[in-house]
Amino acid sequence: MTLRVLVAKVGLDGHDRGVNVITRLLRDAGIEVIYTGLFQSPDAVARSAVDEDVDVVGLSILSGAHQTLAPLVVAALRHLGSDVPVVVGGIIPANDVAPLIASGVAATFGPGSSIEEIVTTLECLHESTSP
Amino acid sequence: MWGRACGKSETSFADSGVRVIYRSGRSQWHDAYEESPAARSHATTQSGVDLDPVYGPDDAEFPGVYPYTRGIHPAMYRSKLWTMRMFAGFGTAPETNQRFRDIISSGGTGISTAYDMPTLLGLDSDDPRALGEVGRCGVAIDTLDDVRDLYEGIDLSATTTSMTINAPAAPIFAMFVANAEAHGVARHLLGGTLQNDILKEYQAQHEYVFPPRASLRLVRDTMVFATQEMPRWHPLSVSGYHIREAGSTAAQEVAFTLANGFAYVELARRAGLALDSFAPKLSFFFNAHIDFFEEVAKYRCARRLWATWMRDFYGALDERSWQLRFHAQTAGVSLTAQQPDNNHARTAIEALAAVMGGAQSLHTNSFDEAWTLPSSDAARVALRTQQVIAHETNVTRVADPLGGSWFVESLTDQLQREVGTLLEEILEIGGGSMLEGCLIGIDNGWFEGHIADSAYVHERAVQSGERIVVGVNAFTEIESSSPLNQAEGDGESRQRERLARVRRSRSDEAVRESLTTLRTDALECDTNLMEALMGTARAHATLGEIMNTLADVFGRYQAPER
Repeated sequence: MTLRVLVAKVGLDGHDRGVNVITRLLRDAGIEVIYTGLFQSPDAVARSAVDEDVDVVGLSILSGAHQTLAPLVVAALRHLGSDVPVVVGGIIPANDVAPLIASGVAATFGPGSSIEEIVTTLECLHESTSP
Repeated sequence: MWGRACGKSETSFADSGVRVIYRSGRSQWHDAYEESPAARSHATTQSGVDLDPVYGPDDAEFPGVYPYTRGIHPAMYRSKLWTMRMFAGFGTAPETNQRFRDIISSGGTGISTAYDMPTLLGLDSDDPRALGEVGRCGVAIDTLDDVRDLYEGIDLSATTTSMTINAPAAPIFAMFVANAEAHGVARHLLGGTLQNDILKEYQAQHEYVFPPRASLRLVRDTMVFATQEMPRWHPLSVSGYHIREAGSTAAQEVAFTLANGFAYVELARRAGLALDSFAPKLSFFFNAHIDFFEEVAKYRCARRLWATWMRDFYGALDERSWQLRFHAQTAGVSLTAQQPDNNHARTAIEALAAVMGGAQSLHTNSFDEAWTLPSSDAARVALRTQQVIAHETNVTRVADPLGGSWFVESLTDQLQREVGTLLEEILEIGGGSMLEGCLIGIDNGWFEGHIADSAYVHERAVQSGERIVVGVNAFTEIESSSPLNQAEGDGESRQRERLARVRRSRSDEAVRESLTTLRTDALECDTNLMEALMGTARAHATLGEIMNTLADVFGRYQAPER
């Protein structure tokens, strides 16, 4: 079955070059992608993820606010009873990765990540979380 | 709302710019040179070989002469070096003020403020939506008190300042003027630049608040105010930088930026400003990317096209209206998080391209910016990079040193043709009006589509290895070193405390009155809002209160779903 991914921009970060490109590259790889558009609240992202019944949520954050925003998205999803995995792409310094994982983020992708690496990770996450 | 067409020719104007061969000639240049500050200056190479101020056959294009392909001044940097304007901002106003002072004491010749995301979107630091973003990507500005602390101890009549802000440009500008006047500096003495280019926000950077036409009313008001009252101020910096960073090609960067520039020219004319009173106050802001010769050709073709269109299409008579002045910034997007030390080399090459291309002002990025806000040390090295180019390399002694190169001249012409075709298309979309073309292209996603397509093509080439990025997809044997100066800290809570203090100490009644006046004025389309905005600044209204008052009248922009 086709992997379904919700790609989302949370917070005030309007940089969408990365999210636009990754959306198209994921589609090229045969993944079904739903993109939320800019300036979403964590709650809105969680609701969309549940409504769209996606397999993975991917957040794009380039403003440096990932430590604040990503855990809020994870919490909002769990609050809605969803255990869908959340991954974060953006400028994420090495020191920030462990706290993000501890807050429930499943994987992070820093600058220069290859599309193969991203696709493989998404597929693994999906396999390991699907019943 | 807007009338139609203000150009005088109907068809295929862009083409004609290519076919007409400009031969300004040495004699015209010579007259201009004799009146320049560099007249009769003497320069040699490091080893003592004499250097002319410019080279070329007598019938070539020359700098300082229409269409200014080779630069806007006859002797370029022999007359005046570019302004080394460093962009900075983080945390609270006092912290950024300290960085400004560091820049000035290190020999920086201008300052430029980076605002945080909440400020750029007109939100107060205590707004729930600002959580996690206060003071992070720039400095937080909520009230006049922050503006006061930002410029504390800096002589605003001697140092030119630049404000990189767009949707809330008018209120922030009003706070700046009100603060200067409160410190005894009259508005006509203030020199600097307000970015204020809202069109590219809808096209590329996405820091918008109000719908486009309402935003343009604020742009109009700042332009009229500055034109009438602030002779040293540039109220608008038409910015291609963000268009390029969002993924456009060089030709798209120039085309969309010039189209936006022409749109503002049409806006100013509709507001009743005489073209030649306003156009010389426009400035531009371009990217300095890594493809060295393409960048040099890009600046050359941008100057030629601006001059041609302003003179022949818009009918400007003053030669200063034909001259495209620009600030450049090295390409943030070219910096790599991997092996960040390599970014020193990238920035130096890009800065050299901006100088070879005749920039009036330059910001050099710090090598650590792929990861974080620049550390003070990294920002100093970035400034030193400009100083090495300016004072050691001798490239400043001859104007347009690459002019006449068969390659660079051909590339200039090729880019000009590509840009001309795009300009022609935007004009057609707008039914003969560049302003309408820009607005329609924003509404229907034309600009964003072009930019996203180019970004995608670029990324595919990087992913496939066809385009090499050193340290990213080639030469990756070294482990990437991790980031350097993590600008963490409690800037957010400090700023909230600062704001709470202002809220406690100000007169709520004065705030209410000033906001009521603003609202009343905003309802009258023809009223200039600058005085009302300065009233809100003096009453210590917050940026969020001011923007919410305007949003009640203007509405908020919702990007169309695509």
